Amino acid sequence: MEELGSPTAEIDPDRPNIEDYLPRESIQEPNGKLHLRDLLDISPALTEAAGAIIDDSFTRCFKSNPPEPWNWNVYLFPLWCLGVVVRYGILFPVRVAILAVGWIAFFSAFLPVHFLMSGDNKFKRKIERKLVEMMCSVFVASWTGVVKYHGPRPSMRPQQVFVANHTSMIDFIILEQMTAFAVIMQKHPGWVGFIQKTILESVGCIWFNRTEAKDREIVTRKIRGHVHGADNNPLLIFPEGTCVNNHYTVMFKKGAFELGCAVCPVAIKYNKIFVDAFWNSRKQSFTMHLAQLMTSWAVVCDVWYLEPQFLRPGESPIEFAERVREIISVRAGLKMVPWDGYLKYSRPSPKHTERKQQIFAESVLRRLEEE
Amino acid sequence: MGNTSSMLTQYDIEEVQEHCNHAFSQQEIVSLYKRFCQLDRSGGGFISADEFLSVPEFAVNPLSQRLLRMVDGLNFKEFVAFLSAFSSRTSLQQKIEFIFKVYDSDCNGKVTFDDVLDILRDLTGSFMTEQQREKVLTYVLEEAGYTKGSLLDTNDFTKVLGNPGLKMEVEVPVD
Repeated sequence: MEELGSPTAEIDPDRPNIEDYLPRESIQEPNGKLHLRDLLDISPALTEAAGAIIDDSFTRCFKSNPPEPWNWNVYLFPLWCLGVVVRYGILFPVRVAILAVGWIAFFSAFLPVHFLMSGDNKFKRKIERKLVEMMCSVFVASWTGVVKYHGPRPSMRPQQVFVANHTSMIDFIILEQMTAFAVIMQKHPGWVGFIQKTILESVGCIWFNRTEAKDREIVTRKIRGHVHGADNNPLLIFPEGTCVNNHYTVMFKKGAFELGCAVCPVAIKYNKIFVDAFWNSRKQSFTMHLAQLMTSWAVVCDVWYLEPQFLRPGESPIEFAERVREIISVRAGLKMVPWDGYLKYSRPSPKHTERKQQIFAESVLRRLEEE
Repeated sequence: MGNTSSMLTQYDIEEVQEHCNHAFSQQEIVSLYKRFCQLDRSGGGFISADEFLSVPEFAVNPLSQRLLRMVDGLNFKEFVAFLSAFSSRTSLQQKIEFIFKVYDSDCNGKVTFDDVLDILRDLTGSFMTEQQREKVLTYVLEEAGYTKGSLLDTNDFTKVLGNPGLKMEVEVPVD
């Protein structure tokens, strides 16, 4: 780690050192005179490349792991068929009905309150908040969510943000039914976008757009504004920035950790016993994902509200983020990997390749001097 | 859903095993097939350069472009054959020949000064000047008894790399 070349000043403030995690073979520093062999022997770099081709920690984070089929013999199969009939024929329609009733009840209360009650008064917000909480409970009931909450419930006070690991958009619903959080979300198309625009605005939501470069600064400013407002709902942030398969955590973005306020970690772990709650956005749309949840027996998960953390003196926001990530990962039994979730959508920065090149070049030049 | 075709049959596995000279066990070939399907997201039966580059650990490797030229568009059988150089069952000589192939970009059986320079450039990037690279290469070549104009073949590679051998192995995870 220490031999990472002299210019430590250029360590990218946006990412902790990936070199901490990558295999070390190519970073060995041989000594002694330079021979032809040292330049011809590219086996370390080749081995690393082949290792990445065969298995890599990044792809593993986004792999849906289908459960083992248990209907493989003569008496289990009819049992499973019966289960399918019950799930699709009885449970699913009942759940859809519950959802429909819930939506109707919600809208018939929400719309008048939203449009008829004037201005921005506290009472109106309180009602809207309660309605959203109720709607989320209806959602959770519609996939028979069995959620166990551990730890003290979040309180409404300023100067705090909540951070949680991210597996699917239902994370938000599960947390929202307990406390009306304000949330930061990626703008989605379709009916989800519609809901985002109308209803979620009332609990206070901040939109971002992954694809826009300047977006981060705008969002950071909005976050700061929100956190300092005493009357706003507590802000919930998913610092991974993308859905991960609930076995791993990817690197946390530091935005939530440089606000100068308390960071309250929340850990969410799904039990895959009936269904895998990971929303693999590359494989299915959110609607399909919801349908899958609604045709399974139940969604079982644990939510832990953990002790609020503060930036320690001398700690950088990135170190703070990694520390909180570790707290969450340990609590939920997830493995940490050093990758940025956004690598799902873009290539890694050339800086990493350059660092390797720099190490090798400096080693060659140094050994050339040693006569 | 972009899923490639069915599972491998026993016949397929044996064919692939033949093709790679039994460098991998049948279990390893099944694992490699799962991995191949995972990377081949478009389901075309081969992994495109883009799909390889979506593996960050591969994309940050300085030799990634070089390797992409060798590995782009391979079907599963050829994919396994390519990776066989990294098996523990492959001989040192075969590994050395694989390295030779990486250098010999025009596949004429001879590696020139420029070929080695190309790879050196990939490995050092902008942290060495072209002059420095040429100087270093000439120096070590002469020290080993060659000249700038020498054409190296596999025997030369074996001479240089064969003693005390090299370690180039990757383990295929088998669940």
